[in-house]
Amino acid sequence: MHFDNYTTDGFFDEMFEAPGKVRPHYKVLAERFDRLSDEEFEEKRQAVDLSFLRAGVTFTVYSDNQGTERIMPFDLIPRIIPAGEWELLERGLKQRLEALNLFLHDIYHDQKILKDNVIPPSYVLSSKDFRREMVGVDVPRNIYIHICGTDLIRDDKGQYLVLEDNGRCPSGVSYVLENRAAMRRAFPNLFPAAGVRPVEHYSEDLLKMLKYISPVQDREPTVAILTPGVYNSAYFEHCFLARQMGVEIVEGRDLVVRDYKVYMRTTKGLQQVDVIYRRINDDFLDPSVFNPDSLLGVPGLLNAVRAGNIGLANAIGTGVADDKVMYYFVPRMIKYYLDQDPILPNVETYLPSEKKDYDFVINNLDKLVVKSANEAGGYGMLMGPWASKEEIAKFHDDIQKNPRNYIAQNPISLSRHPTYCGEAGFEGRHIDLRPYIICGEDIKITPGGLTRVALRKGSLVVNSSQGGGAKDTWVLYKE
Amino acid sequence: MLSRVADSIYWMARYIERAENIARLVEVNLQLLLDFQDVDDAKLKEHWDPLIRSTGDEKRFYENNKKANSENVLEFLTFELENPNSVLSCVFSARENARMVRDQITAEMWETLNKLYLFLKSGRARQLFESDIHDFYQQIKEHSHLFLGLANATVTRDEGYDFLQIGSYIERADKTTRILDIKYHMLLPNVTDVGGAVDVAQWIAILRSASAYEAYHQLYVTDVNPAKIAEFLIFSETFPRSIRFCVQKLNECLHRVSGCQLANYSNEAERLCGRLLSELNYGSVEEVFQEGLHEYLDRIQERLNEIGGSTYKAYMFLPPVDMEGEIQVQQQQQQ
Repeated sequence: MHFDNYTTDGFFDEMFEAPGKVRPHYKVLAERFDRLSDEEFEEKRQAVDLSFLRAGVTFTVYSDNQGTERIMPFDLIPRIIPAGEWELLERGLKQRLEALNLFLHDIYHDQKILKDNVIPPSYVLSSKDFRREMVGVDVPRNIYIHICGTDLIRDDKGQYLVLEDNGRCPSGVSYVLENRAAMRRAFPNLFPAAGVRPVEHYSEDLLKMLKYISPVQDREPTVAILTPGVYNSAYFEHCFLARQMGVEIVEGRDLVVRDYKVYMRTTKGLQQVDVIYRRINDDFLDPSVFNPDSLLGVPGLLNAVRAGNIGLANAIGTGVADDKVMYYFVPRMIKYYLDQDPILPNVETYLPSEKKDYDFVINNLDKLVVKSANEAGGYGMLMGPWASKEEIAKFHDDIQKNPRNYIAQNPISLSRHPTYCGEAGFEGRHIDLRPYIICGEDIKITPGGLTRVALRKGSLVVNSSQGGGAKDTWVLYKE
Repeated sequence: MLSRVADSIYWMARYIERAENIARLVEVNLQLLLDFQDVDDAKLKEHWDPLIRSTGDEKRFYENNKKANSENVLEFLTFELENPNSVLSCVFSARENARMVRDQITAEMWETLNKLYLFLKSGRARQLFESDIHDFYQQIKEHSHLFLGLANATVTRDEGYDFLQIGSYIERADKTTRILDIKYHMLLPNVTDVGGAVDVAQWIAILRSASAYEAYHQLYVTDVNPAKIAEFLIFSETFPRSIRFCVQKLNECLHRVSGCQLANYSNEAERLCGRLLSELNYGSVEEVFQEGLHEYLDRIQERLNEIGGSTYKAYMFLPPVDMEGEIQVQQQQQQ
């Protein structure tokens, strides 16, 4: 009854092949929702919102001087991925992360890929996140990106594309786990029938990985999560993970470095820390080498890393891989290090700093999406087809001044998913997907991830800071 | 346990205990007011002043209020965010501290505190305050009891639990001294009324403010007797809100944290606490009245403060990091 008036408007729809025609892996869900009355649906919706609010599953909104905490809007209709599709994603993501880790090890050691001119050296060396201090430094088990949140989208044909790799401090995994818990409460009987793979082992996998990169293996390592503090927008997540793993959550002021070792300041004196899952970017991590004004970090942390006395996840210097210009080269990395073709393609991307692309980009700004190389959260972006003349002119100037700092992409018509839209009932809204990848002894991908949804009609922006919401993501055991 | 975490747990416990005590104090005195006849401005002032004084915020109150009437005082002690000792401020502070140590307290405790916070922030709180003020204060007390009950039922008995208890018992002991002290202030203007109907009502209010009315009557099947009430609230070995009981618990917790034997001490906090405890163990109400109830209570408050301060020094104080010095040392090591 709910989906009677649902239209796909020519977009690739995750749930419907055509109006009225549900894709096979959504059948069980569609039947369940059909049996649900409007009142029941509304009740469940409110119950879920209330449970998030009570549990404090919130993010902090900076713009507000009160530091208001908000819940991320949660949509009750889950996104469903059948087994075969997920298997493809898993293979593709593993391949990507392997290549990225080999790349990072390479550029901080022999720089073969630069010497062979597969990637022009200037791109890497000019990246503001390339850390010279890490050149020649060995990190435990040679892993650089331990936790990766890669953003995926589907185009108008339903093909999965990689949008970016978040290899610094990707957040959002706590929502994956909390959203699932909320869905289980709201629809207890649906899960066994639907055959959904669990996600709850994420924190165990995370802890196992963190212990794996401990420099000491002959005793139980002391693990801690390093947070910027209670006012950080992801503080909830930092606490959530610490609680789930049973490890300490520390701030910079709780730590000191002595004799190249990291210690926490406890009620019983100093206690050595072996592994840190840091949720602070490089710039603020160690004021004795990076930003000297930062009070969030720990002076000497880099010394401890170089001495091999601390396992740090993610390693210092992984930001290079987050640079959007480097994204352009990931298919080449896969070819170079693994001698394979990419399983998951990139979105077609142009580099204005390359002669062959420059004119095309500059002359087609009104048709392209332009992103600055080092911004996140949906900031520093030009959506050409929807932009004003002033915006386009501004990017025109900026690109001319500093072409290295931008990439351009063809706009992708993101896939849509039925989403509850108040009075209007269910309408299609654009979505993306962020799976969480953990790289330790082996690479583990939690079956599911964060499906973000652009709640405003027609909008392509899914970031929570800009009015996006979330959906539970179900990976099925079967097709 | 991290020193910073110990500090937050300690203050979380203190603030929630404080919110509960203020709620009880205000509610009881509001009820007491109903028994009075011919209430004029002067009487109202006489009634409410001691309450404001008991939280130590007299100056702040009179900066913004001309008169100590029911409306002003209730507002000041309940909703005023500029008053750090209002119910609202205390709950917010407790919750903020809890947020900092969410990984160290149980989900149940956090949710109880968060629920109370959300309730107070919502319009419903004000509505309830206007329509059924007793139910309003009841909510606060219930959440506080729930919080402590949950702590009791869900927290592993480790250092974190001990710091929680230390915070609760210091605050509770302090508040019991302040509740008793209110009567001292009330007595002063009308010494001739001692033993009269109003006086009895006031002493009963004291007992109720400390949740001690039933307990007192179980022990002393007599009239309301000022000396006995003071004795009960200061020296009872078994009543959980008496000063002696709180200090005894405090002493146990401090020793559990350090692992030091009860008869000994390993730091200043334990020494001070042990000394206060023996004084309470061997003291008598006659001595208290000899010294003067107010003077005696004042002294106890000071000593509780000292114990709090030295506990802070022993476990929570982080000598501030000399950032510049640290940076220099680390840079030299890089060479």
